[in-house]
Amino acid sequence: MATGLTGYRRPDGRVGIRNHVVILAVDDLSNAAVEGIGRLVPGTLAIPHAYGRLQFGADLELTFRTLIGTGANPNVAAVVVVGIEPSWTDRVADGIALTGKPVERFSIERFGDLNTIAAGARVAAKLLQDASELVREPIERHEIMMSIKCGESDTTSGLGACPTTSQAVDRMVMANGTVLFGETTELTGGEHLIAERCVDDEVRSKFQAFYDDYIQTIVTQGVDLLGSQPTQGNIRGGLSTIEEKAMGNISKTGTVPVVDALEPAQAPTRQGLNFMDSSSAAAECITLMAAAGAVIHIFPTGQGNVIGNPIEPVIKLTANPLTAATMGEHIDLDVSGLLTQEYTLSEAGDRLMEVVDRTINGRLTCAEAIGHQEFVITKLYRSA
Amino acid sequence: MVAEQLAFLAHRQDDMVAVAVRDVDAGTAQWASLDAGARSDIEVLEPIKLGHKIALVPISDGSPVIEYGQKVAIAKADIAVGALVHVHNVRSARWQLA
Repeated sequence: MATGLTGYRRPDGRVGIRNHVVILAVDDLSNAAVEGIGRLVPGTLAIPHAYGRLQFGADLELTFRTLIGTGANPNVAAVVVVGIEPSWTDRVADGIALTGKPVERFSIERFGDLNTIAAGARVAAKLLQDASELVREPIERHEIMMSIKCGESDTTSGLGACPTTSQAVDRMVMANGTVLFGETTELTGGEHLIAERCVDDEVRSKFQAFYDDYIQTIVTQGVDLLGSQPTQGNIRGGLSTIEEKAMGNISKTGTVPVVDALEPAQAPTRQGLNFMDSSSAAAECITLMAAAGAVIHIFPTGQGNVIGNPIEPVIKLTANPLTAATMGEHIDLDVSGLLTQEYTLSEAGDRLMEVVDRTINGRLTCAEAIGHQEFVITKLYRSA
Repeated sequence: MVAEQLAFLAHRQDDMVAVAVRDVDAGTAQWASLDAGARSDIEVLEPIKLGHKIALVPISDGSPVIEYGQKVAIAKADIAVGALVHVHNVRSARWQLA
């Protein structure tokens, strides 16, 4: 049965819904060159970032996984990788090249910024022209990997925006799709509800270990988190405790079982709803999920989170009428009618799926339209 | 006669708190729950802004606060029916130093 959905089928068989040519920095020294290439070839997507030097151990592995996953994401047609020296540059470029998509690489030592920008721009322009000839083809719903995260939550999130998102999660998983959720600390108060939904003891104990470990890190700081988690914005919107925030958070995860518990930026191997150990900071979280291969993101908000992502379109919905009225340029779907019982949850779910499908087929989200492209690497500890 | 605008929504009929779906003044107002649907009256003791919570039952100092059918807080003062419920009179059961 035709779904009416279209996407770009990449050489590795995965489907994307955007067609970016990315100029990717391996490290912070390469940002100027990355941005220089992006300026000379304006249709490309420059992704500079703050890290990539003197990292070690698990923190370094996570950064590599994030950079490689970002370039490998099916929303990306081709990549130019720029680093300061060849060895780590090759590691990132080779990792992305496993997908079969075009990847070029440059390192700045013994070459210089200006030569790098000139050579990189020549190559980027060709990649951009080639990508512009790629065509969409009909695709199945289950081929679209979705991620979810809520932000600037308030009490309307749990009443409206999150349950609406839940509708989409269940529908995607029932269609044999894969959905990622995370925000480890924000499950606090409801983590037992997630544990109950894990499909077996192995997944449950992986999940519990991620949760306990993250909480241990937080609690050993010995600090009162009220104001950071929940945030000042959460509190202003009426959320009083982390437990109350968690209940709203969990109300977006659908009713389907949790089939696996993943490391940060780890690609899922099982169809269905997957938990990913991740920060509750929006840009960090979505960056990790896009690196795992998610191509579309649903983001229920209360007070008005404005985050986007460079490679993954972020759909914003709110049930807060004040937010919908005052921050309309950021909001793709207003479901505040749920608070006044104007329509049912199922009808709100239909409206969200309509926005999802139009976004899959190419409609820009608000975040894409006004240029929100936050890319933030998760750090596990200090660099050496 | 125009039906009065709903003031508060609770997740469950037996929750101890409900959320203001609009700015509510002190006085009589209506609340409903997502699972039951029927409306009830409540005497609102003080103005409660959109998104903020009202106590549906009396909550004594040190008692758990139930919302979504789960414990979401502990009262740190006695809370009367119709009072605002927020960080001044409840605290986290899991995370709070002091």
